Amino acid sequence: MFINFFFNLKSRGVPVSLHEWITLHYALTMNLNDSSLTSFYNIARAILVKNEIFFDRYDMAFLDTFGGIETTDEMLEQILAGLKKVKELHLSEEEKKQIEQLNLDEVLKNFEEQLKQGHYKNHVGGNKAIGTGGRSTQGAWGYNPAGIRIGQGESRHRSAVQIAEKRTFRNYSSDITLDTRQMRVALSHLRSLLPIGTGEKLDLKKTIDETCKNAGEIELVWQTKEKKSSKVMLMMDVGGSMTPFSELVERLFSAASSQISKFKHFYFHNCFYQDLWTDMERNQSIATMEMIKSEDSDYKVIIVGDAEMAPSELTWVNGAIDYWYHNDTPGVVWMQRIKEKFTDVIWVNPLPKRNWQYVHSIRMVRDIFPMFELTLDGLDEGVKFLMTGKCGLYNKK
Amino acid sequence: MNYFKGTEDYVISKDLRDNVNVSIALQRPLIVKGEPGTGKTLLAHSIAKGLGKKLIIWNIKSTTKAQEGLYLYDTVQRLNDARFGDNDISDIKQYIKMGKLGEAFASEEQLVLLIDEIDKADIEFPNDLLNEIDEMSFYIPETKETIKAKNRPIVIITSNSEKELPDPFLRRCIFHYIEFPEQELMEEIVHVHFPKIEKKLLREALKKFYWIREFDMLRKKPSTSELIDWLQALILGGISEKDVEKEIPFLGTLLKKKEDIDIVQKTGKTHYAYNTSMRTRDVY
Repeated sequence: MFINFFFNLKSRGVPVSLHEWITLHYALTMNLNDSSLTSFYNIARAILVKNEIFFDRYDMAFLDTFGGIETTDEMLEQILAGLKKVKELHLSEEEKKQIEQLNLDEVLKNFEEQLKQGHYKNHVGGNKAIGTGGRSTQGAWGYNPAGIRIGQGESRHRSAVQIAEKRTFRNYSSDITLDTRQMRVALSHLRSLLPIGTGEKLDLKKTIDETCKNAGEIELVWQTKEKKSSKVMLMMDVGGSMTPFSELVERLFSAASSQISKFKHFYFHNCFYQDLWTDMERNQSIATMEMIKSEDSDYKVIIVGDAEMAPSELTWVNGAIDYWYHNDTPGVVWMQRIKEKFTDVIWVNPLPKRNWQYVHSIRMVRDIFPMFELTLDGLDEGVKFLMTGKCGLYNKK
Repeated sequence: MNYFKGTEDYVISKDLRDNVNVSIALQRPLIVKGEPGTGKTLLAHSIAKGLGKKLIIWNIKSTTKAQEGLYLYDTVQRLNDARFGDNDISDIKQYIKMGKLGEAFASEEQLVLLIDEIDKADIEFPNDLLNEIDEMSFYIPETKETIKAKNRPIVIITSNSEKELPDPFLRRCIFHYIEFPEQELMEEIVHVHFPKIEKKLLREALKKFYWIREFDMLRKKPSTSELIDWLQALILGGISEKDVEKEIPFLGTLLKKKEDIDIVQKTGKTHYAYNTSMRTRDVY
């Protein structure tokens, strides 16, 4: 019956393989979960899910499958905790006889009832929950009639379904927009753009040469081969609607720039025209035409912007949002020029993808550049596209 | 059967302890991921101590190759010996040096093997170890020998998620993500280090500590080890909880970047303002 869980996980995009599913069953046959749903929740997650970004989806799948299930986990824990505190039992012969007469179902039922009524919450000393004189089921079941505390040493553990309901891992999910906490992870997605490091190899010919010259004394010659790193160019929209994102994006890439040796960055506002700014305050600029002429065409270009503007800013002469700025060539032409110059260009948009189709200018920009969301998933796809020329959404060929 | 209960000097959550035991029972490596300073590496030490087993640590660097973990064939030494005739060079065995993984396999008793920071290495690194980790054996072509683990070692692997690990590798492992400890658990952890710390001081210090961690703009968030250092400084400096309430003494022990210290100091004055101004807001 709980194969549903497997399919539930699958349908939510958690990459679970049959291999792991079988491993889980090994664990269950060994009863590693102590027949408890809470432990099962934890263990199944450890075996099935290998990345914290899927924990949230796991929670949802778990809720779907086991949401309605009743567990005795919490109760059991409280009973056990209570039992631990029992040091010695003072039972009379009569009481012992009573114990033997009781059946377990009755005891449990009684216990559960009293648990619901909250008798255990603040129980110090004998009251009616824990019977005096050993008459009640609890007394008979071995709780010291003088008054044992049950469930007072607060339990930090919650039942599995409650844990899943809390969805603490929502923030780790990969399809939410990047916040600063995730920048490090996002950076790691850019790693495929970084140099892979040096390789060391024995230069056999030179070694023989040197050894001969050295009169037979062995002289090893190593050659280092540095693998090529990518050249990355970042063009970023600053000001206006991008202000909330600017610092975030800036820091993301400034961290990257320390590791990518050939890293260039430029700024623009809404759309680029004949000038590109080299600082965020937009004081210093270079001519776009100069940039296009002088830079190599094998730069991997990442443009970050919300592409949200009036269509006129793209299509009109003098359409720039800045009133005093006169552009004799429409922005869309500049975009085309950038696209023609560089082989690999992507546009990364911090706006959620579901909004893209409602904004005319975004649709226009998407016609020119492949556009990706500024999320971990989106960035991943984008980088993949930059490196290989194809990904799930776009294919250059 | 081995059952890990935890050790006195290492506070462990129930979930993690369960997962350690699952990994021991299923004989699969346990991958531990989490923020720096959440005690990933210490876990292996604690397991070794708790189970009374020897610990072998294999520290991974960016240049580490999978082969190094298995064995090294010291050809240069053999070449040297061939020229000076010190040793019997037909005996290749003496030039085979076991790596950390090989050492763990070849050992008579069961060991705990810690592969530290596996994500530091090349992306292909974990894939190169797939078969060895799966079957706990490898073949040395030079001596035509197969090294097979008599007792499968307990393997703990830590990762800082700098690189994604390949799926086939992950499929063979048990995974645990250590969350940053909540205040209650943190109190326990602190008590291990400072059994005699004043309760009020600790409360106040932790309040400040978690407040600082709330800042989204920090370049490096303070972790457990920094908290321990800070508390040490507070105790040695004889700071009372009232002082901690008013300001944050020895901020430099918690934050290591000047920008971070500036941010905290600036907002520290307007105590409650941080909530709206410092967080990145979702504007849409």
